[in-house]
Amino acid sequence: MRGPTRGAEGRGAGDGAPSGSPRTSAPPLIELQHASVSFGAVQALRDVNFVLRRGDRVALIGANGCGKTTLLRLLHGQLRGSGERLVQGGAPGREPTQAMLFQRPFLLRLSVWSNLLVALWLARLPPQARKERARLALDRVGLLAQRDRPARVLSGGQQQRLALARAWAVRPQVLFLDEPTASLDPGAKQEVEALITEFADEGMTVVMSTHNLGQAKRIATRVVYLDAGRIECDLPTHWFFNQPLPTAAEQFVKGELPW
Amino acid sequence: MDTFAQSARTALELIVRADHELWQVVRLSLAVSGSACALAAGLGLLAGAWLAAVRFPGRRAVVTGLNTLLALPPVVVGLAVYLLLSRSGPLGELGILFTPSAMVIAQCILVLPIVTALTRQLIGDAMHGNGEQLRSMGASTLACALLLLVHERVALVTILLTAFGRAISEVGAVMIVGGNIDGITRVMTTTIALETSKGDLPLALGLGIVLLGVVGLINAAIGFAQRWQTRGEGRAA
Repeated sequence: MRGPTRGAEGRGAGDGAPSGSPRTSAPPLIELQHASVSFGAVQALRDVNFVLRRGDRVALIGANGCGKTTLLRLLHGQLRGSGERLVQGGAPGREPTQAMLFQRPFLLRLSVWSNLLVALWLARLPPQARKERARLALDRVGLLAQRDRPARVLSGGQQQRLALARAWAVRPQVLFLDEPTASLDPGAKQEVEALITEFADEGMTVVMSTHNLGQAKRIATRVVYLDAGRIECDLPTHWFFNQPLPTAAEQFVKGELPW
Repeated sequence: MDTFAQSARTALELIVRADHELWQVVRLSLAVSGSACALAAGLGLLAGAWLAAVRFPGRRAVVTGLNTLLALPPVVVGLAVYLLLSRSGPLGELGILFTPSAMVIAQCILVLPIVTALTRQLIGDAMHGNGEQLRSMGASTLACALLLLVHERVALVTILLTAFGRAISEVGAVMIVGGNIDGITRVMTTTIALETSKGDLPLALGLGIVLLGVVGLINAAIGFAQRWQTRGEGRAA
């Protein structure tokens, strides 16, 4: 099996550069081997090899249509592709507990409180533990005072915080985020970013797709650059932003590629 | 024009007089069509949600068949139910032909495809947009469908109103299985048909106006309830 860094001109463990994963000794949670995904004639991912380790904070970056969301969905198990997807959530073959946050979270036309309870019901949490967990989660994201309001009347930032509370409440080992702040104003963006950082600091493994390089720099410890469905670079964040990169990644960072 | 003016006057007189026979007919119409819709809602909402969620070989053919049944002629439904419930039919022993129960069954069969097909479309669209997020939270296919039924409950009320409108305004099925027996199975539409055949056009039209008025009142009440429920979201939008 190939290492976590791929690409014809990619930088990483394979060519003497530091490994993308900052804690290579940490146990892997999810591993993709030679994964490819096609949607009809469009190949969204091509021969991807990727190891997600416990405690990783990964930012997936790249131009629109490069395969970031597809990679997230594949890692999350929402998509099936060719190749292998190995999981080790506590024991080999056992799915790690996961949650995913979407750019525009879907909230049921119910109260904030009921949305939390539904999420915990879906996560099969025992009924007696749900209310306390829901209360803690809302308190955590600062929405406890809004618990009886209809979820869909909240502002965009509050809705994203509610979605984060919903994700946090199920205590996931891995949190996937698909451009979580793309449609938010700067204030709301900052609030959501702060929460993601807090969750990661507590040990939650985070994989996030983003177009915001500053955000990748602030949150991630590992940056994965995708181009046309391939992982071209998988590097520690400080390396990615301070060292010479392969041409396409360099152009992307400098803003010369269309987003 | 005289006929129309006279019809409006007749309708008004019937309402103002609080005509006993009229209200008996209105009550039975509402009871039969309301029961038929309640029964169809119980079956159709679940069947539609299930059909929106699951994938199986031949599903497209089932959906095409279901959509075709939207054009089911009431007379054909009436005839089929009549054959089932008549003495020599397979369900003849029930002895419910020419009773309101038979009318409920006929109208339920008539509106069931409407509830099922429109629910399937509504939940299918919602599933297309939001199903992945629910599945990512651990929802099974069936749980997704049920949660989306709750989520789309306001739109579902419109579907049920459509079904109710279809049921209360049909005449063919209830005429055949009910028999238009005075005081027992006579409903508004069969009364209108009877008065038309007797040549009392103003009374027939007047009854039509009353029928529309009753349905309009129900729609207005439900519309008010819907607006009240969604007022918060409306403000946010």
